[in-house]
Amino acid sequence: MRHRAEPPAEAGPVRFAFDGRAVAARQGQSIAGALWDHGIVAWRTTRVGGRPRGAFCGMGVCFDCLVVVNGAPGQRACLVRVSEGDTVTSQEGHGRDGLGS
Amino acid sequence: MDLVVIGAGVVGAACAYYAAQAGLSVAVVDRGPVAGGTSGAGEGNLLVSDKEPGPELELARTSLRLWSDLAQVLPADIEFEAKGGLVVAEDGEQLSALREFAAAQARSGVTVEEVGPGGLHDREPHLAPGLAGGFHYPEDAQVQPARAAARLLECAGRAGARLFLGEEVTAVTTTPEGRVSGVRTARRRLLTGAVVNAAGTWAGRIAELAGSYLPVQPRRGFVLVTEPLPPLVRHKVYAAGYVADVASGDAGLQTSPVVEGTPAGPVLIGASRERVGFDRRISAEAVQRLAAAATGLFPVLAQVRVLRVYCGFRPYLPDHLPAIGPDPYVPGLFHACGHEGAGIGLAPATGLAIARQLTGAATDFDVGPFDPGRLAEPAGVSPRNGN
Ligand SMILES: Cc1cc2nc3c(=O)[nH]c(=O)nc-3n(C[C@H](O)[C@H](O)[C@H](O)COP(=O)(O)OP(=O)(O)OC[C@H]3O[C@@H](n4cnc5c(N)ncnc54)[C@H](O)[C@@H]3O)c2cc1C
Ligand code: FES
Repeated sequence: MRHRAEPPAEAGPVRFAFDGRAVAARQGQSIAGALWDHGIVAWRTTRVGGRPRGAFCGMGVCFDCLVVVNGAPGQRACLVRVSEGDTVTSQEGHGRDGLGS
Repeated sequence: MDLVVIGAGVVGAACAYYAAQAGLSVAVVDRGPVAGGTSGAGEGNLLVSDKEPGPELELARTSLRLWSDLAQVLPADIEFEAKGGLVVAEDGEQLSALREFAAAQARSGVTVEEVGPGGLHDREPHLAPGLAGGFHYPEDAQVQPARAAARLLECAGRAGARLFLGEEVTAVTTTPEGRVSGVRTARRRLLTGAVVNAAGTWAGRIAELAGSYLPVQPRRGFVLVTEPLPPLVRHKVYAAGYVADVASGDAGLQTSPVVEGTPAGPVLIGASRERVGFDRRISAEAVQRLAAAATGLFPVLAQVRVLRVYCGFRPYLPDHLPAIGPDPYVPGLFHACGHEGAGIGLAPATGLAIARQLTGAATDFDVGPFDPGRLAEPAGVSPRNGN
């Protein structure tokens, strides 16, 4: 997980990309919180049935909210805070297909 | 009731299964849930590869055959996989030690094949480069222990066995002549002429309740569980040092990497061994050493995350052999415990042996070396009479 950046004195919106779409978030907001603000509640599919998943416990325990952040899969969207310019993408299954090859 | 089994771990479940198949009326009592003890806190390797020639290897081979029979009759969700084991050596010295060990096992009938350094990556593409070589044991297999215990008990239940969970056995009662007459829990009394002590790491307490003695101690082990991954590790893979650790009587911390994939995706990383009582606190040193050793074997694991760590307490007897058979002091009391780090593998043969002893039938394998009578009580402690 990344260290939390000190919020700047004037906390303006932070911009990041979710599946290619530009999304604005508040300073210090979690990825899950920001996606919810935009009405996005599912950003992962399950490994076995391909069913949609998003945040469930909201506190880092259930691992339901996994998402790919700047290319790193398996990040908990409810814990990782948005940073300016982040590229967030939906995760399919374990998101680790690249390792198997 | 012909028989009360104390303990619903894999060993108690196997005893109940074979006893019920043999037509005995059986009750199983556990103070917790099914597999709530060590059976739910270890791994499910069914190994011949780590055993030197001798009685435990013979029991393991018999048991492995029984596991593959069970895999035909129990539901597929016990995740029985005949995946084979691969033991790897880092240098020439380790390799020649392994070669000697494997040759002795082969003379005892174990199937084992040397794999040159070049062949290792055909079998395990993600193994670290530069290893000296290894040995492949096609007979090694794997099972999901908690589910296997549950399914064995389910089958036993269909054959009439009864299961009492959440009830601690607080007394093993005896007749005035000193024979077992039953067990007591807070909720009931179960009358029986035979009690099987399958209480794993807590079996010493049950022996004591019955007025006997068994020196079972906990040998702690940690397991790391990674995030779910695509299939990266095909066999059960472990380093040469593991065999020596298993056989050691040292109480201090020992770690050697044992790595295996699971059908559900996570990779399991073991195995540490230390005797520190029933201390559940996580040892940062054990966890760190296991993680470092596993990434040493499989560098790809350095990129993945460990989601959780758990520990269990292996039921340890001083000579590393289980206790299987009648108690030397209390008629009607049978022990099926003390399997240390091999109880999942050895459970079916243990259960079958106990069922045969109870019905007076012969076994085609030798359980003499596991006779609990060998574990004589220390001088000065004489067995108490039961109550
Ligand atoms: C980290 C680790 C890794 C391991 N890996 C492997 C492996 O790969 N392969 C392998 O074969 N083995 C392995 N083992 C060893 C294996 O888990 C044990 O040998 C096995 O689970 C023992 O089974 P059991 O049924 O005897 O004991 P348990 O599963 O502990 O069952 C005993 C039961 O008795 C109950 N009980 C105790 N006292 C009472 C009482 N007074 N009244 C009622 N119930 C009572 C307990 O609640 C418990 O459920 C491992 C162990 C550890 C810790
Ligand atoms: S929502 Fe449970 S871990 Fe993120």
